Amino acid sequence: ENTKIRVKPDHSGVVTDGVKHSMNPFCEIAVEEAVKLKEKKLIKEVVAVSCGPTQVTETIRTALAMGCDRGIHVEVSGKDYEAMGPLQISKIFAALAKKEEASLIILGKQAIDDDCNQTGQMTAALLDWPQGTFASEVTIDGEKVKVVREIDGGLETIKISMPAVLTADLRLNTPRYATLPNIMKAKKKKIANMKPADLGVDMVSRVEVLRVDEPPTRLAGVKVETVDDLVAKLRANGTI
Amino acid sequence: MSGGWERVIPAFRSVCGEDGVSLGEAVREQHGRDESVHRCRPPDVVVWPRSVEEVSALAKICHHHHLPIIPFGTGTGLEGGVGALKGGVCFSLRNMDRVLDLHQEDFDVSVEPGVTRKGLNSYLRDTGLWFPVDPGADASLCGMAATSASGTNAVRYGTMRENVLNLEVVLADGSIIHTAGRGRRPRKTSAGYNLTNLFVGSEGTLGVITKTTLRLYGVPEAMVSAVCTFPSVQAAVDSTVQVLQTGVPIARIEFLDDVMIDACNRFNLLSYPVAPTLFLEFHGTEKSLEEQVTVTEEITQANGGSDFSWARDAETRGRLWKARHDAWYAALALRPGCKAYSTDVCVPLSRLPQIIVETKEDLMLNRLTGPIAGHVGDGNFHCIMVMDPNDQDEVIRVHEFTERLARRALALDGTCTGEHGVGLGKRALLREEMGPLAIEVMQGLKTTLDPKNLMNPGKVL
Repeated sequence: ENTKIRVKPDHSGVVTDGVKHSMNPFCEIAVEEAVKLKEKKLIKEVVAVSCGPTQVTETIRTALAMGCDRGIHVEVSGKDYEAMGPLQISKIFAALAKKEEASLIILGKQAIDDDCNQTGQMTAALLDWPQGTFASEVTIDGEKVKVVREIDGGLETIKISMPAVLTADLRLNTPRYATLPNIMKAKKKKIANMKPADLGVDMVSRVEVLRVDEPPTRLAGVKVETVDDLVAKLRANGTI
Repeated sequence: MSGGWERVIPAFRSVCGEDGVSLGEAVREQHGRDESVHRCRPPDVVVWPRSVEEVSALAKICHHHHLPIIPFGTGTGLEGGVGALKGGVCFSLRNMDRVLDLHQEDFDVSVEPGVTRKGLNSYLRDTGLWFPVDPGADASLCGMAATSASGTNAVRYGTMRENVLNLEVVLADGSIIHTAGRGRRPRKTSAGYNLTNLFVGSEGTLGVITKTTLRLYGVPEAMVSAVCTFPSVQAAVDSTVQVLQTGVPIARIEFLDDVMIDACNRFNLLSYPVAPTLFLEFHGTEKSLEEQVTVTEEITQANGGSDFSWARDAETRGRLWKARHDAWYAALALRPGCKAYSTDVCVPLSRLPQIIVETKEDLMLNRLTGPIAGHVGDGNFHCIMVMDPNDQDEVIRVHEFTERLARRALALDGTCTGEHGVGLGKRALLREEMGPLAIEVMQGLKTTLDPKNLMNPGKVL
């Protein structure tokens, strides 16, 4: 289904009311990897975390249906939610990682709405943990993690110590579909609720969105008869 | 384009907007062909309605001016169904692309024609539900209803006929009807004539489908796939029949002949033994899978089948099935530069060994390239005829072969088209299959619903 993206009349952002939201595809891959690691008995517990308004609990339930053990909903709404970006989220994740004594944080490499590709890296920096980003293969080996990363030149293999942050790239795995019996079981799993302030995180953003515009409408092309015509037109409109 | 269009085109624009009408040559050509070998027959104009009200308004204009109406979904049909033989107006429905009214607890959903099967399943992925009818292409669901599509897992989940609960249809005169009553979606009904299944498979000749209500299923908890090789076609098909008779709810059971396997090996650099092969898939809980697989393996081994090659997780299953999914391209790769045409006969299960053996003999005798892939669980198989379109002799030999094959199927109590539809090329065969009296009834229905013969003229009947 193609949802048409529309800019709000006041150009402050994109219309999100009434638009169906679902788990970011790279985060689905991250959840799948975590659940696989648990199925291989390499990790003990998987906690699914999401930051946002009440609706994000539906996404957490999907993660629980995929096999996560429990969820944490960090409630952010209104102006704070509109201004929320990778920096605020990574502060929240860093605080939670310490609180939960996590050994691994796995996230999608980027969200497909803002394409920032920053949260994983910032979280690692705030925690001073090693990071294995753009992971297409993850192997746990004792207290270390071997990560094969997708880079422009090909594949890079690194070994990092835990605790660590990993971000999932497309080829890491194929996420499972949530099945009905698992969706029913997920309803009984716990989702804890808290606010950023409970974690000592302030949500103030240093970024102000000035304006959001749609890309300009593509104009019809013009056919010309000869190469000379083409050159003349390109000169006339200043292209050459 | 002749006169008269000067009045009609502005009328179209006032219904679907300036951008909703195109006379461009490239656009018309794109809407005059599908994925069959039939040549492009472009319409005179393409329109993009955005709602059922616009479809109705456009149909009224066409009805008034005696203009043919050709509905267009994704253009992925295989029988030339979208060719505008008498010109006319192509109603491209891709801008009506909403998923409406999902009822999770009732296992039903309604979709507009622009929603494709992969699009719907992507939309549904958090719900634990899916729509399993899979004809291969990422086709429009309303288009699949129009052609009564089927696919690789019909053996377990049925075809479109079993899975369409209701249709919203715009008739040639612009009337909007709901074949099971507006908004109704009971799982079963015995109310009145079955109008829903009259329109399913009507290939755009009775009306424009603007909404379909579909039956959904729970996503299987687990899936397992396997490949098994056999010493003969008979052994493979006997195994299929016995698996079904034992009541194993097998999800997919696909047959590939030795020529097809060889093509797949070459194309995907695999090394399956070159022999009649079955690709199997089982859906269910972990426990039920164990049972299904054990029973099936006993049967295949009793028929001389090899040990199973297995796949459990999504990635390995994907690789295993890739061989089957790429069959079309693997066949084409046997003779680069050629085109391919797929036959589509379907016979009762018990007749399958006979028809496949006779068909392979026919292929060899007539020096034709026709690797076979089929949904044997339904008695349906496809010969992918690879031919050089410039070799007139070969084109004729292929055409005559497909006619012989269709008649062979009819002689064995089968049908000339299991899932692709009649379209342009099988109208004469349809008459042979149905007999003159049934055809008269069909013609009567067509005349009642479309007296001016505006709806996709020249197809089906």
